[in-house]
Amino acid sequence: MDESQNDKKNNRRKFLRVSFLTGLSVVAAKTVFADIPVDPENETGEMITLLSPDGKLVKVAKEKINYMEKYISPEASRQGIPHRKFVMVIDLAKCKNARVCVEKCQKAHHLPPQQEFMKIYLMQESEESAPYWMPKPCFHCDKPLCVSVCPVGATYKRTDGIVLIDNERCIGCKFCMTGCPYSARQFNWADSPYLHVDQPYSPETSVPGKEGTVSKCDFCPDMIRDGKMPHCVTGCPMGVIYFGDQLEDIVTNGDETIRFSELIASRSGYRHLEDLGTKPSVYYLPPVNRQFPVDRGFDHPDEINQRYKDVPYVKKMHKD
Amino acid sequence: MEITKRKQEMLKEFLPHLEKTSFVWYAWVTFLLAAIFFAIYCLILQILKGHIITGMRDNVVWGVYIVNFIFFMGISYAGALVSGSMHLFKTTWRGPILRIAELTTIIALFIGPLYILLCIGRLDRLPFLFMYPRIQSPITWDVIAITTDLFGCLIYLYLSFIRDFALMRDSKDIKLPKWRINIYKALALGYQDTPTQRKRIKNVTNIMSAMIIAIAIIVYSVLAWIFSVTLQPGWHSTIFGPYFVIAAVFSGAGVIIILMRVFRSIYHLEKYITKQHFVGVGMILMILSMFFAYFTFSEYLTKWYGSKKLDDNLIQILFTQYFWQFVFSNYVGTLLPIVIMGIPKFRTINTITFAAIVAVLALWMNRYLIVVPTLETPYMPIQDTRPEWILYSATWIEWSLTFGGIAMFCFLFTLAAKIVPIIPVSEVADAELEMSHALAHDQENLNALLGKSTKKHVILKKEDHDL
Repeated sequence: MDESQNDKKNNRRKFLRVSFLTGLSVVAAKTVFADIPVDPENETGEMITLLSPDGKLVKVAKEKINYMEKYISPEASRQGIPHRKFVMVIDLAKCKNARVCVEKCQKAHHLPPQQEFMKIYLMQESEESAPYWMPKPCFHCDKPLCVSVCPVGATYKRTDGIVLIDNERCIGCKFCMTGCPYSARQFNWADSPYLHVDQPYSPETSVPGKEGTVSKCDFCPDMIRDGKMPHCVTGCPMGVIYFGDQLEDIVTNGDETIRFSELIASRSGYRHLEDLGTKPSVYYLPPVNRQFPVDRGFDHPDEINQRYKDVPYVKKMHKD
Repeated sequence: MEITKRKQEMLKEFLPHLEKTSFVWYAWVTFLLAAIFFAIYCLILQILKGHIITGMRDNVVWGVYIVNFIFFMGISYAGALVSGSMHLFKTTWRGPILRIAELTTIIALFIGPLYILLCIGRLDRLPFLFMYPRIQSPITWDVIAITTDLFGCLIYLYLSFIRDFALMRDSKDIKLPKWRINIYKALALGYQDTPTQRKRIKNVTNIMSAMIIAIAIIVYSVLAWIFSVTLQPGWHSTIFGPYFVIAAVFSGAGVIIILMRVFRSIYHLEKYITKQHFVGVGMILMILSMFFAYFTFSEYLTKWYGSKKLDDNLIQILFTQYFWQFVFSNYVGTLLPIVIMGIPKFRTINTITFAAIVAVLALWMNRYLIVVPTLETPYMPIQDTRPEWILYSATWIEWSLTFGGIAMFCFLFTLAAKIVPIIPVSEVADAELEMSHALAHDQENLNALLGKSTKKHVILKKEDHDL
C-alpha cells in the first residue's frame, strides 16, 4: 500500500466520525470536509481551496478534508455512524406480500433467487387467529447472541445499532446461525456466479459474498451513508417499512415521516419474540385495519406459494 | 528382585504381539487405511466443492459431524473418568483394563476435534481462532478446554507407560529392531524402579488421576454449553452439562467393554481380562444407564408436560418422524444394560458386550436426536420450498467421513497395541504382589490367632514390600 492510499485510509476513518447527513459534497475527487476536531500533532497548517455546492470557493485545512468514497474497509466498518441508532418499523397492516422488498434486496446484494436476506413469512399464531404477512429482516438486536457466540469477532455490534459480518474474518463455524433465534443468517454453501462481483468487499455492502462464510441483512449502511434508505424501504410499493433514527426519534417510509415514539405508542408497536430478551431494533405494528386481505399475497408463482402450505389457513383454503 | 523377574516373565507373554505381525494384521490395517484415505478424499471434495455436498443447510447447520464430535469427545472423557477414578479409588481389579481405558481416552481425543473442523466453512482461517480469540464465545472456551485436556491426558498416559517402557528396555528376550529398543530407552527416561522413583511416579499419577477427572468434567460441560447457551428450545437447558457428562461416561464405558472383548479374543487374554472385569465395568455401565435414563426422562418430561409451543413442536417431531430412533436411543439403549446387568443369570461376557454395543449405538443416536430435530424446529417456521432445506439427511460424504473417523480410531488402537503391551505389565504385577502380601498378612493374622511365632516371617515380608 503506497502513501497516498494510507492517507486516504486515515481520512476515511476520520469521516466515520462524521454524521452521515452533514457535510458538503465537493469537486472532482468526491471529497467532503466536515467540522471535526483535528489531531494537533498532524496539523501542518496547509490549506486547500475547494468549491462548495453553492458555487463558492472555500479554503479548508488539509487535515479537515475527508474523502467521501463508497468503500468502507472491513476494519472501518466496525465503527458505527456516530450519533445514530437505526431502527426499523414494519407495518403489518399494509403488507400484502408483494415481495418487491425481497427482490430489491436480492438485486442489491447479488443474492441467488433462493437466498433472501429479507424473508416474508405467512404467520398465524393459532388456528383461530388471523393470518398475516410478516416481512423479516435481520433484527439487529441490541443484545445479539450471534455476536456473543462468535469465536473470532467476525460479527459485531456497532455504535449505531447495526450488526454486521466481516466475511474476511468469518471462519464459517455457523455457531451464530444456531445462536440466532430468528433464522436471520445464511451460509454460502457453494461457490456461485453470484459471489463473483467486481467490487472491493465491504461488510457494509455484504458484496461480494464469500463461499464458506455467513451472511445476512446488513441494514444497508452504504445507502445510509449516501443519505438514502435501505433497498427494502425504497422498494416497498405499500410503504410498509419505515426506517430511521431512534435518537432523532424519526422514521420514514419514503412517503411520510413520523416520530418513532409516537408511531409505536399510537399503533401499539411490538418486537417479535420480545421474551427472548435479545432486544431487536426492528418493531412491528400489529396487522389491524388491514389495507388488503391476506389472499392478495398469493399472487405469485406456485414455487413461492408452496412455501406456505403448512400454515393452517392455507391448508384449510386448499380443502375448501 | 522377585517382582522384577515376575514382570519380565509377564512381559515375555506379551512380546509376541509386539514382535510379530501376521497377514491378518496387515489385511486389517490395509482395510483401515483404505477407509481413512477414502475419507480424506471426501474431505478434499468437501473443501473443493463447498459444504453444499453435505446434507447441511441453513436450518440444520450442524449434522452428523457435530454428532461425531460429541460422541468421540464423550468416549474420550469417559476413558479419563473411568481410568482416573479406578486409579484414585484403588479399585483392585483395575490393572488389566487400565491401559485400554487410557488409550481410548487419548485416541478419541485426537479424533473428536477433527470433526468440528469438518463443520468449519473456511479451514484456511483456522489460525483466526488464536489470532482473534473472543473469550465470550463458548467455542473459545472449548479450544482452551480441549487443549488442556489433551495435554493432561497425554501426561497421564505417558506416566502409566514409563514403567513398561523401562521393562522393555531391560528385557533380554525382546526381539525387536535396535531402533525400537532405543526409542523405548529414550521414552523410559532412565527409570530404574528405585524406591524413590517408584514413590514419585505413584504420587504424580495420583495427582494426575484426580486432575484428569476434574478436567474431564469441566471439558465436557463446556461442550454441552455450546448447545445450552443458545436459545434453541431443544438445547437451552440447565441440565445439559451434567447430562452430557453422564452420557459421555455411559458411552465410554460401553466402548471400553467392547475393546476388552476384542483384545481378549485377539490376544487371548482370558487369564487377565476375566468375567470379573466385564461385570465390573458392566456395573458402571448399568449405573450410568440409570442416571442417563433419569436425565433423559426429566429433560423430555418437563418439555412435554409444560408444552410451550416450541417445545411441543420438538416433542411432536421426535415422536412422529424420529419415533423409532427415539425408542432405540432412549428406551432400548438404557433398558438393555439394566436388564442384562440387573439379572445375574443374564450376565455373561457376550451378553455384557452386546449390551455395550447397543448402548454405544443408542448414545450416538441420542446425540443425533439432540442436534438435528432441534435445528429442524426453529423459532421462525421454516417456509422454504426446497425439501433438503426443511429436513436434514446426511450425504455419503458425511457418512464416509464418519466411518473414516471410526477407522482412524481402530487404526490408532491397532498401532498402539503394537507399540506397548495392551495390559500394563508393571501395574498388574504390582497388584499381584500386593494381593499375595494381603494373603500373607491374612495368614499371619491367622497364625497369630493360633499362637504361632511368625515374627521372622513378618520382617522378611516387610522388606520385600518396601521395595
